[in-house]
Amino acid sequence: MTTDSETPTAPPGVLVRSSTASTATLSPRRTLVEPDDAAGSGDQVAPPPTPRRLPTPLRPRDFGTRDIALLVISAFSSFCLTWVIFFQVTSLSGALGFLVVWYVGFLALTWLSTAEVIERSVATDRVVAVVVVSAAMLVSGLVVFIVAWVAYKAIPSIHWGSLLSKDQLHLEATDPNALAHVGVVHAVIGTLEQVLLATAVGVPFAIATAVFLNEVKGWPVRTVRTVVTAMSGTPSVVAGIFIYSLLILTGYLPYSGFAASLALVVILLPSVTRVVEEVLRVVPSGLREASQALGAPEWRTVWSVVLPTARSGVVTAILLGIARIVGETAPLLFTAVGSQVKNWDPFLHDQGALPLSIWSNHQFPQAVYVDLAFQAAFVLMSFVLILFVLARLFSRPKGKRSKNVSEGDDMMARYFIPVPIERPTESEVGQ
Amino acid sequence: MTTEVSMPPPPFDLTGGTPARGGRWAGPGPGGPVEAGEIEAEGVCAWFGGRLVLETVTLTMEQSKVTALIGPSGCGKSTFLRILNRMHEVVPGAQLAGSVRLDGVDIYGPGQRAIDTRRHIGMVFQKPNPFPAMTIADNVLSGLKFSRNAPADRDDLIEEMLTKAGLWNEVKDRLGELGGALSGGQQQRLCIARALAVRPRVLLMDEPCSALDPTSTLRIESTIKEIAEEVTVVIVTHNMQQAQRVSDYCAFFLAEENKPGRVVEAGRTEMIFGEPSDQRTSDYVNGHFG
Repeated sequence: MTTDSETPTAPPGVLVRSSTASTATLSPRRTLVEPDDAAGSGDQVAPPPTPRRLPTPLRPRDFGTRDIALLVISAFSSFCLTWVIFFQVTSLSGALGFLVVWYVGFLALTWLSTAEVIERSVATDRVVAVVVVSAAMLVSGLVVFIVAWVAYKAIPSIHWGSLLSKDQLHLEATDPNALAHVGVVHAVIGTLEQVLLATAVGVPFAIATAVFLNEVKGWPVRTVRTVVTAMSGTPSVVAGIFIYSLLILTGYLPYSGFAASLALVVILLPSVTRVVEEVLRVVPSGLREASQALGAPEWRTVWSVVLPTARSGVVTAILLGIARIVGETAPLLFTAVGSQVKNWDPFLHDQGALPLSIWSNHQFPQAVYVDLAFQAAFVLMSFVLILFVLARLFSRPKGKRSKNVSEGDDMMARYFIPVPIERPTESEVGQ
Repeated sequence: MTTEVSMPPPPFDLTGGTPARGGRWAGPGPGGPVEAGEIEAEGVCAWFGGRLVLETVTLTMEQSKVTALIGPSGCGKSTFLRILNRMHEVVPGAQLAGSVRLDGVDIYGPGQRAIDTRRHIGMVFQKPNPFPAMTIADNVLSGLKFSRNAPADRDDLIEEMLTKAGLWNEVKDRLGELGGALSGGQQQRLCIARALAVRPRVLLMDEPCSALDPTSTLRIESTIKEIAEEVTVVIVTHNMQQAQRVSDYCAFFLAEENKPGRVVEAGRTEMIFGEPSDQRTSDYVNGHFG
């Protein structure tokens, strides 16, 4: 046993017979009273009288006070050690360096102390766990920090009455109440139109390409896949220059939101294609065979079986694509150019966009401009958030789900692909 | 090929035609009641990418009877089954020779489309595979939807097919749930209902019970016996008892070492299990190998 708790060594999910001696030490919440089936037929399990929850699995790696104490002591010792190294032994300085040395020291001390107190294999396990958990905390903490920082900078200066109703034309940097007369609606209009157009143009092509990559066999598929992969490495500024030199300089298109959306399509296509392809690949081939065996032509199989089965995944892919392009700035610089006023027509004249607003306003020294840039950033991030929530809601498969499908399976269905679940029902077991 | 095999006829291109008489099957076709069909396979050989896996199989599966294909793994039973409804050609590199006739019409004949054939010859697979994005009701109707043959009496058809598959009583209150919400045995019966809904003449079953528990297996076997009147059943099974319980006729496939699979013996089930004429058949059905 690696923990100091006196819990019995039942593997996760195994029902412990109530008559077993070891149950005596279990807390009442964890005790499972199993109906005495010794009298009945051994292989037929009677349905439980009431729904029960499985106990929290008991794992040999369970955390006890000793483990927490080890971590806390290691962290503290490492802090002291780093302090000694930084301020007594050497003359190092800098917060980042301090943190890095502290963390490395923490890992080393955790390993040493755990190896001393428990054993070496547990120590390695513990250190890997600490690395993994801290990486996850770092990443999610970073996201939370970015969102919170933008909100903190933007919200105090927001005039809610004007933010989404006025454009930036009448910005007087000297007016102390300037923000009451300006907003970002011109950029919101531009971003919405550009992203919608890019999605409308790009997504059908992306899905069709993904279907081609997944359902067709032969050498052209490998070539196309390589090209798509290479395309996903296109720097976004190159996409902007490409559209600029190909369509705007030659006079086919004016500077406009539509030109911007074409540049965004170049960014959107490869990312959505690759994700949709991955999602379609996970659709079991048995479903395709079943559909073909029912006499469905191939297009029918794709349209009625493969795509609906992968629906949530496809929606997620589209969403990721939109999230990818909604914040792109470089492709818009040469195409939509940016504007201070509302322009509803995406096919004519310069058009604003939220990323362009952030980029251009943040270059000014006056506080109002910087505030406005943060407000635009705040609106942009709210858009992305709303998009994610909407997509999660809409990507649920239609039809009621059975009650015997547990939450985990439901999550699986919502975020990935509905998987067939093999589980005998009561009626079947009973018969 | 290191061993000598009698030279089979060369494989022909599946997309090209073979000199066989074309034609259509009589009867109202999918959607209406049809009679069970008879399948005659003649000189069927199969290749996977140049490797011969099945050699000159000639077998007749009689109308309204259950024919079981038995034999050890890798002897070509499943390949033969998939040849019967043109699912063999879906596999890349697959080739075949010989002819398969449904009620006298060569399904590989010129002008015969694979998707038409598959509507007349349905298939149930080893692993239950209901469409997870469709409800139970939509699963039953999916075959008709694919062939643009929307039934007028949707609800009646769903009830009829689920009853035939022995599933109606269990799911009648939850037709709107997704197909994946059922248990494995129920899913397999849903697949049978789905295959029956297009009113095929023949139903091919590729080890339909191998992934199921004994109770579900029994229910599916009783379903097979009930539907055999309306639809000819060809079933691949590894389970000797199952072959004895459900089938009228039996064909024993065997692939000897480094040789393609072929039919060793075929005949009435009582005969194959009771007094097999070939020693290898006797060894297999009595559990000496395989």
